[in-house]
Amino acid sequence: MLVYIILIVGLFVCAFQAIWAKRLIVSALWLAGTSALVAIFMYMMGATQIAVIELSVGAGLVTVLFVFAINITGDQALSAKPTIPQPIAWGIVLLAILLLGWLTLPYLNINIPGFQPTVLSKVLWEDRAVDVILQIVIIFTGILGVLGMLSEEKPRHKRKGEHH
Amino acid sequence: MSIFTFAFISAAGLLMIGLYTLLVTRNLIKVVVALQILVKGVMLLLIAAGSASGQIALGQSMAITVIVADTIVAVIALSIAVIIRRKFGTLDLNAYTTLKR
Repeated sequence: MLVYIILIVGLFVCAFQAIWAKRLIVSALWLAGTSALVAIFMYMMGATQIAVIELSVGAGLVTVLFVFAINITGDQALSAKPTIPQPIAWGIVLLAILLLGWLTLPYLNINIPGFQPTVLSKVLWEDRAVDVILQIVIIFTGILGVLGMLSEEKPRHKRKGEHH
Repeated sequence: MSIFTFAFISAAGLLMIGLYTLLVTRNLIKVVVALQILVKGVMLLLIAAGSASGQIALGQSMAITVIVADTIVAVIALSIAVIIRRKFGTLDLNAYTTLKR
């Protein structure tokens, strides 16, 4: 019980710091902390494989991407007024959470009968094979998209060559 | 209180923080951070639902799909942020409303 409370408090502190930190690089590091704590939570719920993936991808790869992007764009902190007024934003957030609670809370402690426990590899490769194919497509689309966007620099080099 | 109740509280908190920041922030990279926090809340709920119904493998397979999609979204969003910063010289979302001109 005490472990869960410490975990929740740590999770909220990391998430708040990730949002309210002035410097973007600090924000990215707090986000990595949030990922690590979420991974611990998943491990405690029995999702061991996904906890490892979340730790390596969420706390590792995504953090590296953030640090890389922030190094290129510069650590620019903005302190201007928000586009949506804060009371309206809080209203929307509370409405969303109330909706989530209304839909989820009745099912919290109910055991659904009829399900047989299975292993992840069977579910992933047999039952949800379409998901795996879609994931591969998404990965390739993402890579091609990023390559296409970042290869915009080529004409500039040609112009430089023309001048020489 | 069971672990699922704690997972629900954590997920609700993460969703609140992520959604609020998504609505309020004007920094492009902070928007990506907010999206990441939102997705972490969703993943916690997926795993909690799988664990509560005794079908943890199904919850994990769903969460893998979410992780892959979320990472690709982060990669593309950050590369768009890099390009926009080069073009406009700022990360302020309000500076990109060129349709007003």
